[in-house]
Amino acid sequence: MAAPEFAVPELKEFRAIPALQPGVMAHSKPNVANEKINEAIGFPGELVENWQEKAIDKMGDLLSKYRSLKVYLDSCVHCGACTDKCHYFLGTGDPKNMPVARQDLLRNVYRRYFTPAGKLFPKLVGATDLTREVLDDWYKYFYQCSECRRCSVFCPYGIDTAEITMAGRAIMDSVGLGQKYANEILGKVIRIGNNLGLPGPALEDTLQGLEEDVKEETGLDVRFPVDVKGAEVLLITPSADFFAEPHIDSLIGYAKVFHAAGISWTLSSKASEAGNFGLFNGSYEMMRKVALRIREAALELGSKRIVVGECGHAWRVAYSYWNTLTGVGAGGDDPFARQLQSQLDLRYKQPMHICEFTWDLIQRDALKFDKDANDHRIVTFHDSCNVARASRMGDTPGGQFEIPRNIIRAVANKYFEMPHGSTHEQTFCCGGGGGVLTDELTEIRVKGALPRMDALNHVVQANGVNFMATICAICKAQFTKVLPYYKFNRGMVGGVHQLVSTAIRLGDK
Amino acid sequence: MTAATIFFAALFYAATVILVVGLAYKIVDYARTPAPLKIPTTPAPTTGGGVALRMLREVALFESLFKSNLWIWVFAILFHGALLLVLMRHLRYFTEPVWFWVGWVQPFGLYAGFAMVVGLLGLWGRRFVVERIRYISTPSDHLMLALLAGIGLSGLGMRFLLHTDIVAVKAFFLGLMRFDIQPLPSHPGLYIHLTLVALLMIVFPMSKLLHAPGVFFSPTRNQVDNPRQKRHLAPWAAELDTRN
Repeated sequence: MAAPEFAVPELKEFRAIPALQPGVMAHSKPNVANEKINEAIGFPGELVENWQEKAIDKMGDLLSKYRSLKVYLDSCVHCGACTDKCHYFLGTGDPKNMPVARQDLLRNVYRRYFTPAGKLFPKLVGATDLTREVLDDWYKYFYQCSECRRCSVFCPYGIDTAEITMAGRAIMDSVGLGQKYANEILGKVIRIGNNLGLPGPALEDTLQGLEEDVKEETGLDVRFPVDVKGAEVLLITPSADFFAEPHIDSLIGYAKVFHAAGISWTLSSKASEAGNFGLFNGSYEMMRKVALRIREAALELGSKRIVVGECGHAWRVAYSYWNTLTGVGAGGDDPFARQLQSQLDLRYKQPMHICEFTWDLIQRDALKFDKDANDHRIVTFHDSCNVARASRMGDTPGGQFEIPRNIIRAVANKYFEMPHGSTHEQTFCCGGGGGVLTDELTEIRVKGALPRMDALNHVVQANGVNFMATICAICKAQFTKVLPYYKFNRGMVGGVHQLVSTAIRLGDK
Repeated sequence: MTAATIFFAALFYAATVILVVGLAYKIVDYARTPAPLKIPTTPAPTTGGGVALRMLREVALFESLFKSNLWIWVFAILFHGALLLVLMRHLRYFTEPVWFWVGWVQPFGLYAGFAMVVGLLGLWGRRFVVERIRYISTPSDHLMLALLAGIGLSGLGMRFLLHTDIVAVKAFFLGLMRFDIQPLPSHPGLYIHLTLVALLMIVFPMSKLLHAPGVFFSPTRNQVDNPRQKRHLAPWAAELDTRN
C-alpha cells in the first residue's frame, strides 16, 4: 500500500526547536485490528457499546495495580522540561507529541473521573470527559509514541510517558480498539512461537541454509542448532534475525562466536522469538504469556544459560522483567522461580545479553579478530532506547553503553561517536520502536527519525561514517526503511555482531 | 474575640486537617499501590544507598531538571530554595522559645522572600513567553503561581510597607496549637496573607502540588537496578504464578 505523500524534513547541523503546528499529525493513526485478531488474544472484537464506562473501569483497575500510573498522573506540574525532548515532536512540531501533552490526553480524563478537583472544576484543571474525540486522540497519539523513555530522563519527577502510553493502549485494547500490527503479532507469537508466524520446519530449513552459506564463506562447519537438549546455552533472539537483512548477519556473528568459543548452544522452535509486544500495549498478562514460552523451552531443553540476541525491547523485557514474569534470573525464593533457577548455572548472569557474552570471551582472550577486515567500514553506534534507558549490561551502571562500544573497538579500527546529547541515556529513538513499525505509520516514523538522522549526518560529514551499528531488530528494520528518505544508503545500518562476524578468526587460533 | 479571629482560627484548623489527612491519604495510597515491574530509568544505582543518593540529588538539586532545561532549573531552584528558607524563618511564629537555628535563618529568610517571588515570576513568565509551555498551561497552573506569588508579596508587604503586630500574630498561632484562641490583629495584609496560605494548604493534597510526595514514589527514580539478582514480584502478580 502506498504511504501518504509528505515532505521529508531537511537535515541540519543546528536545529531550532520547532514552532507548534497544532493538528499537523492528526491524520496519523495505525490500522485497527479486526474482530479475529482481537479475539484471538482475548480482547473484545470491536469497540464495545458501553466503551466509556468500560474504559473508565479499566483505568481504575490499572490505577490500583500500577503505582507508576497513579503517581505520574498526579505529579506533573506542567513545567515544560520535557516539551522539547521527544523525537516525534522535534520531527513534526505537533504539540500533542510533546510528552506532557501526550500524558495530558490521559491525565485530563483521569482528573475528570478520579479526582475531586476534576469532578468539581473540570475547566479549571483542564479535565475532560471521555468523548469519542478524546478516544480518537488517544488512538492517534498513543501510537505516535515509541515508549522510548527519553522524556523520563529529563523529568524532575521521573514521569515516564511510556507508562502512560502503555496504559492508554491497554485501555483501548480492553474496549475493543486494538492496533492491528501489534495484536496480530501477539497472536502469532502466542500461537506459533515467533512474531513472524514461522513454524518449526521452516525455521530448520532456514538455519540449514545458513549453515551452507557460512560453510561457503569460511569452509567451516559453523552450526545453527535447534531444539538440542542439554546444550549449554539457549539463545533467544528476535525472529527477524532468521530472515531480515541486515539482522541475519548478526545471527551469523553469534553462531561464529559460539563456534569459536566452543560453547554448545541451541535455538528453540518453541521460543523462537525474543521480542515481546506485550510490553508495547501495557498488558502484564500478555507479556507474561509470551515470556512463559521461553521458560518452558528452557525447562524442556535443560539449558544452563539463557542468552539474548540483539533486540532492544526484548532486552528490556529479558533484563528487567523475565525474573519477575518467568523466573529467568536469580534470587527467587518461591517454588515457581526455584524450579527453573535450580537448573540454571547461576555463576553466569541470567539472562545474559549476547554482547555481555561476547565481551566476556574477548576479555578472556578466547576470541581472535582480524580488525582490518572491517576497514572498509567507518563505524558509529546508535544506542537503542530500551537498552540505554531501561536495562543494563555488565556489573556497573552504564555497562549497556560501554560493552557494545568495547566490542566494536575490539573488532574494527575506525569508530566515531555521534554528537553529545544524541547518545547514551540521551539517545534518540530510531523512530520505529514501541509498536509503530508498520507501513501505515511511515510518515511519523520518517519524521521521528529526524533527530537521529541529524546526528548521523554530523558524523557522516565530519568523519565519513558509513556504518551505523546497533543492537536492536526494530532499529535495524526502521533504519533500513527510513535511511533512503534522508538520502542515505539503507545498507549503512547493521548489527554489532555483524562487525564481529566480519572480523572474527575461526579455526586458526 | 472578633469575628475575624474566629474565622481564621476555624479556617486554619480546617486547612490543617485537610492538608494532613489529605496528604496522609495520598501517601498511604501511593505506598500501598504495587509497582509490579522494575522500571528505573537507567543507568540507575545498583544498591539501596545509591538510590537514596539519587533521590537526594533529585529533590535537593533537581538533577534531572538541570540536565533538561537551565532556565526552568534556575527559577525552580530559586523558588524552592527560597521557599524553604522562608518556611524555616516562619517557624518562629510556632515555637516558644524559638529554636536556635531558626534565629540564624532570620536574615536569610528575609532576602529569600524576594528570591521566592523572583523565581515565581520567572516560572510564570515562561508560561506566557514560551509557546510550548503556553500551550500546556491550564488556568489552574496560572492560579497556583498567582496564589504563591500572592503569599510572597503580601508577606513582603507586611515586612516592608504596612507592618502588623507580629507578637500578636505569634500569640494567635501558639494559641491555635494549644487550642486556646488568642485575638488576631486586624490588618488587611495579614488577612490576605493568611487566607492565601490556608488556601494553599487546602489545595495541596488535591492538586499538582502532589509532586512533592510524588517524586519519592516515582519508580523510575526510587527503584534499585537489580532485576537479575532479585526476583521482584507484586502480590497481584505473584498470584499468576500459582495458576499454572
